[in-house]
Amino acid sequence: MRSEVRAGLLFIAPALALITVFFFLPVVAGMLLSLTDFDIYAIGSLDSVRFVGLGNYATLLSNPVFWKALGNTFTYVLLGGPLSVAISLGAAMLLNSKLVRFRGLFRTAYFAPVVTTLVAVAVVWRYLYHPRVGLLNQALGALGIGPVDWLGDPRWAIPAIIVMAAWKNFGYNMIIFMAGLQTIPESLYEAARIDGAGWWQQLWRITLPMLRPTTVFVVLMTMIGYFQIFAEPYVMTGGGGPLNATLTIVMLMYKEGFRWWNMGTSAAAAFVLFVIVFAATSLQLLLQRGREE
Amino acid sequence: MRRRLTSILLHAVLVAGAVITLVPLAWMVSASLMPTGEASAYPPSFLPSRVTTEHYRALFGSLNLGRCLLNSTLIATTATALCLFLTSLAGYAFARLRFPGRDRIFRTLLAGMVIPAQVAMLPLFLLLKSMGLVNTYWGVLVPYLAPIFGIFMIRQYALSVPTDLLDAARVDGAGELWVYWHVVLPLCRPILVTLAVFVFMGTWNDFMWPLIELTDDRLYTLPVALANLVGEHAQDTELMMAGSVLTVLPVLLLFLALQRHYVEGIMMGGVKE
Repeated sequence: MRSEVRAGLLFIAPALALITVFFFLPVVAGMLLSLTDFDIYAIGSLDSVRFVGLGNYATLLSNPVFWKALGNTFTYVLLGGPLSVAISLGAAMLLNSKLVRFRGLFRTAYFAPVVTTLVAVAVVWRYLYHPRVGLLNQALGALGIGPVDWLGDPRWAIPAIIVMAAWKNFGYNMIIFMAGLQTIPESLYEAARIDGAGWWQQLWRITLPMLRPTTVFVVLMTMIGYFQIFAEPYVMTGGGGPLNATLTIVMLMYKEGFRWWNMGTSAAAAFVLFVIVFAATSLQLLLQRGREE
Repeated sequence: MRRRLTSILLHAVLVAGAVITLVPLAWMVSASLMPTGEASAYPPSFLPSRVTTEHYRALFGSLNLGRCLLNSTLIATTATALCLFLTSLAGYAFARLRFPGRDRIFRTLLAGMVIPAQVAMLPLFLLLKSMGLVNTYWGVLVPYLAPIFGIFMIRQYALSVPTDLLDAARVDGAGELWVYWHVVLPLCRPILVTLAVFVFMGTWNDFMWPLIELTDDRLYTLPVALANLVGEHAQDTELMMAGSVLTVLPVLLLFLALQRHYVEGIMMGGVKE
């Protein structure tokens, strides 16, 4: 048995060392960093670093750009999350119908955007959204709808990015929902039909309640994804434009840290993100537990 | 009759959905083969009037994106190979070997999964800078090597490996490393393929970390090079589409080849993208 203990420790050692040194250590360092005025000069000589307490957080909270980024981030989450989940569930229910032929083919088609490279498809959508020659406005023009400057108009920029994001990610949740739907016994629907329940009632009384654990997981993962939006504004709106209309917390963190080298402020923004994601996760799990009891 | 009508309606909706989903990708391919200027001409045409490969030649020629294709391939392949080795060792140990502190360590790792990766990026950048690893292949590889979700996936799978097989090998006097290599790894093959697809695609598609870590355009991965290109060549729609095809196509083909494994990975749940 001694050899088993030795082998166990030996086997986890490389992975554990990597995770500790290159993940947990930086997380703790980030927390400490957010309490200092670490900047580009500090990289040269650590002596110039000073402890500033919660100064960086105070700076962030008094910066209107931070509030703009925070508000935008929640807009992405609260608009994009439900939209993504609804499309995923709808697609899963359609594909799950017994009448569907070529199910595998449709599933592959719907799933394809998920595996594409975000940066590359963001580039593609940037051109699709082009106000004058973009395919979208051309199609709308044919229907008599005037051109919209999707990414240049502060009112439309976030919805435009969300539509692109939902297009890219709905296939992932669709797969999870399909698996969830298949666990619901057909006998429940049969019994409901005998009792005269219509399609709508079956959806509300059987499908949605039975899918609840799946839905909680999907909503959680989708929300966390939207909280971390970065590449879309980087590629599509030149880093958060127009007028910071698409700026997110992660984008702000990136700019503070790697454009302006305000490491302390950047680390503080990162921790705000962490706290929000953590709170959202806890809230979701708490709601789930409350329902089960 | 009613059933037939429902079926037609259902398939109409499904086809419409598939068209909407695939149009952006189809247009990307089509526009990448158009002569310069055609993709932004009015009235628009969906198909090229004449197929040209000039934009691809420009990418591999003066723009040197072939180099980035090589970087992406090298980084994603190395990450996948090392990650499979490290996570399978650890995942198996967490599942089947008894040692003090095992469950506590595993629970700590799981708890770490709620921390967004971005929180670690800036300090990690500074750490790698002090180690002289910024702007190197090894530096960019570091966060991909031991993903916690990978350890988790392997552990869940290894729990189902029959105890008899492990014990039989041990009775024969085999060492733990031999058991891992000759018994556990072959039995875990399905999950290893699944994990490999996830890690390869995740590494290939990742943007923020290589953007931060790589400063020399000769080391850029394709997504970073592409984001850079859009700044300089935004007017060259056809060229940008060719660059997008070059970036997307390898992972798309890989997915089509190993689709089943990828989908199984998603169904296992608990997988972070």
